[in-house]
Amino acid sequence: MMDLIVIPILALLAATAVTVARIRNLWAAVMFTGIYSFLSASWMLILDAPDVAFTEAAVGAGITTILMLATLSLTPRRHRKSGRLSSEDFEERPSKSPLVPLLIVTITGCALVYGTFDMPHFGDPNAPIQVYPQPSFVEKSQPDMHGLPNVVTAVLASYRGYDTLGETAVIFTAGIAVLLILRKNTDDQGTSESQSVTGENA
Amino acid sequence: MNSFPIIRVITKLLIPYILLFGLYVQFHGDFGPGGGFQAGVIFAAALILYGLVYGLPAVHKVAPPKVIEKLTALGLLVYAGTGLACMLLGGNFLDYDVLNHGILTENHFLPEGQHLGIFLVELGVGITVTAVMTMIFYAFAGRERVTS
Repeated sequence: MMDLIVIPILALLAATAVTVARIRNLWAAVMFTGIYSFLSASWMLILDAPDVAFTEAAVGAGITTILMLATLSLTPRRHRKSGRLSSEDFEERPSKSPLVPLLIVTITGCALVYGTFDMPHFGDPNAPIQVYPQPSFVEKSQPDMHGLPNVVTAVLASYRGYDTLGETAVIFTAGIAVLLILRKNTDDQGTSESQSVTGENA
Repeated sequence: MNSFPIIRVITKLLIPYILLFGLYVQFHGDFGPGGGFQAGVIFAAALILYGLVYGLPAVHKVAPPKVIEKLTALGLLVYAGTGLACMLLGGNFLDYDVLNHGILTENHFLPEGQHLGIFLVELGVGITVTAVMTMIFYAFAGRERVTS
């Protein structure tokens, strides 16, 4: 019964990925990456990771898509002859033989597949990932946290609280860096009459 | 987007539920799936949706850029401040057990130290993530097209 959901989602993921790689219209490609993120979110939900699914749906499908569209609408189209990208726009590339890249990709792929042979079987109860983050965390968490049921939160915010503090600092730093790069020099926020990405020009 | 009444009405209907879901994910994170990061991005998504449909000046009124900029730092300070408070109370950095309040905790006015610590820390993460995501959107949306 589960296969009826799993197989279509994985097939759609593969189809979307191929479409993103092949499509030449950048706007459509961005929309397809959004669709890809939403399918991934559904897939995470099937894998019993609802918090990852939340993040994927909000960041991957929502915010990233909007930021990419905003970037596209800001980019000058100097290189284009017409409104849309056509195949002529891509002829400037050096057209060397495709054999060398194909060889490199094949070798890398073989190396990666070879690497997976060492990995434990999917769902193996003796795999390191099931054994190592110590079952004692799961056992200790209830008395340690005075009955807090969510072990993931307990590990993230309490046992490994210092790591999460670092992650929050990274988000903060990244935000400051984006602000420093992107913000207009003249500080006339909220009063810009000029064309912007949002509502006013639509 | 003045000419899209359906989008405007639907957006207005949706945003309260998105915000409510964000609050649920934030404050129920220690019991169900979710937490500060997830809640932060959901909350920011609601703000960004409002900005997309109603324009940048409208969302600037709801969440002024100056306030948002300060909130990015405030979240981190809440997190680190929780850790420092633990140290001041005689424990290690981010050791929430010392946050127990004796009588207040025994009579269930305040949650256990671990609950309180996790709550505060997740609140800090949520504030920072919401503010950073919204700020990045402002930075992108406020720019004009480069004239080629």
